[in-house]
Amino acid sequence: MSNTSVAAHTAVTNNRKWAIGYVSVVATIFVLNKFLLTYLNSDVQKFFNSWFSLSSLAEIMIWILMALGLNIIVGYAGLLDLGYVAFWALGGYVAGWLMSPFFSSLQFNFFGHARKGFEFGIHFHVLIVLILGGCFTAIWGVIIGGPTLRLKSDYLALVTLGFGEIIPQFMLNGSNIAGHNLTNGAQGIGGLDEINLFGYVIGTFAMPEKFLMVSILAGGMIFFSIRLRDGRLGRAWLAIREDELAASMMGVPLWRTKFSSYSIGAVSGGVGGVAFAILVGGVYADRFNFVISIIILSMVVLGGMGNVWGVVVGATVLSWINSIGLVQVGDLINNTFGTHVNFPSYQFLIFGLLLVLMMLFRREGFLPEARMRMVMQDEKGDVDKKVSDETKIASN
Amino acid sequence: MSLDGGAALEAQNIRVEFGGLVAVDDVSFNIPQGSIVSLIGPNGAGKTTFFNVLTGLYQPTSGAVFFEGKEITGDPVHDIASGGMARTFQNIRLFGLMTAQENVMVAMHSQMKAGVVSTILRTKKQRHEEEVAREFAQELLDYVGIGGVTHEYARNLSYGDQRRLEVARALALRPRVLLLDEPTAGMNPNESAVFVQFVRKLRDDKGVSILLIEHDMSVVMQVSERITVLDQGQRIAEGTPAEIKSNPRVIEAYLGKSGSEASK
Repeated sequence: MSNTSVAAHTAVTNNRKWAIGYVSVVATIFVLNKFLLTYLNSDVQKFFNSWFSLSSLAEIMIWILMALGLNIIVGYAGLLDLGYVAFWALGGYVAGWLMSPFFSSLQFNFFGHARKGFEFGIHFHVLIVLILGGCFTAIWGVIIGGPTLRLKSDYLALVTLGFGEIIPQFMLNGSNIAGHNLTNGAQGIGGLDEINLFGYVIGTFAMPEKFLMVSILAGGMIFFSIRLRDGRLGRAWLAIREDELAASMMGVPLWRTKFSSYSIGAVSGGVGGVAFAILVGGVYADRFNFVISIIILSMVVLGGMGNVWGVVVGATVLSWINSIGLVQVGDLINNTFGTHVNFPSYQFLIFGLLLVLMMLFRREGFLPEARMRMVMQDEKGDVDKKVSDETKIASN
Repeated sequence: MSLDGGAALEAQNIRVEFGGLVAVDDVSFNIPQGSIVSLIGPNGAGKTTFFNVLTGLYQPTSGAVFFEGKEITGDPVHDIASGGMARTFQNIRLFGLMTAQENVMVAMHSQMKAGVVSTILRTKKQRHEEEVAREFAQELLDYVGIGGVTHEYARNLSYGDQRRLEVARALALRPRVLLLDEPTAGMNPNESAVFVQFVRKLRDDKGVSILLIEHDMSVVMQVSERITVLDQGQRIAEGTPAEIKSNPRVIEAYLGKSGSEASK
């Protein structure tokens, strides 16, 4: 029994190390931007604002949230979902509908915080919207996953691919559904309510607070992911990923287990969608396209499928490259060598190259299950010790 | 061990057709409670198909399977498994990227209760359940003789250890019937002899009824109390090892017609 407790202890301390790291990074960024940056000299300010601008960092947190949601579907249960962006969009529109003046013929306020002069529309409290966003995408997860998860997993890829195309297209063209304007078409729904957390109002441009809020959400998702992985459901998911037939022969109900993974992934997608809408203060249909699904998938794969901290690193690196890295490094190269290459336009070439290189040289991702590696090193130590004990006994 | 108490597993008139091909033709078969029986036959005799009918993986075209007197034909595979019928695989099918302990714990899925919320909150009940499951897993790993590799990835284990792990995983279902699909494939005669002892011990310790599908005749003859022989989808003989050894139809099936004529 001592083996087990030692290993469990190692895994816990390892997770704890990462968690402390995450919290300190978030806290540092928050404190720096909220209190310190204005006192620093202008060069330092410029450096931070161009290389690590707070709005991009907050967006990275959203990507982490989305990637961890997809990780439960793809990384844990091994179900290929090619249309995860649909949940992002649906969650976003829930926020657009339930906390903005958009439905101007209505006037409904439930602990909401409408702006002055925009009291019409629907205004729910932000926490309620987060929950409702998750519930709404859960329903869609049931509609999509329910029938498809009974089939071979290849079909899930096809159906989700279609779903990921249909939902954004619907949002883009949903300005006249039987005479009702449901999504406001390409203009999207803007002017979301300010956030009122028990009296503390976070304005539209209060970036440090918003960053802190999405960081807490992402942190919660990290926590849930780790807890679920180490429990009964997590083991069943991994077993299905490893060998579906063997899993069912060991008493794991395939459909129900896959379904739980897909639904939890859907809920996280919805919550992420709401968080993103709140962050940018609106929801715009043209942001939700197929490429987003693929980028999230790349984050999961690059990070190391199924490994929570790996996915966090993968999402951070890829979204940073995507939003800042390409522009900044491109500028740096252009300025240094006097070239005029438009680096951001080569985004997908560079992404593709990165994926190919990763698949060639580091298939297991940035961080292959560190937990396992620690455990195995620990075991090896035990074996060595045992061997030396035995030789001692033999020599006696 | 007496063969009383009726059949643990009984198959009645099983027939399986794939298109026009009759893979299993009207085979009846039973595993008496607490016995060790074998299913043998030349390649292509329909052993594996029949095996898959027993475990619920294939639907028979006609016929029925009874587990402890209750019909299970058409039940979902996972229900049959958690109901007490466990199996191992001819070509080892472990969960490669999970530890040995986790492999065993997967098979306890149906005996555990924790849901999403209690797992996230790590309630007292959930922690207790996990602790009990871990201890049981360790007990089983010790029982099959690989207690030292608890936290090793299944795919990093040696071939012999992987076979043992498969048995430990099957035992975690707390089975009353254990089906072993060519368990000595890839073992040398020494290892096979050890395995024969192990199967007997398993039956006596855990009180399970065991069905073996086996190619290795020496293993079959040593360990089985009764043997059923399939050939071309049909049951051609059933009896004790001694009876089977001297059965002319069995000899014919294995050695061919001219072989049996030559022996006359």
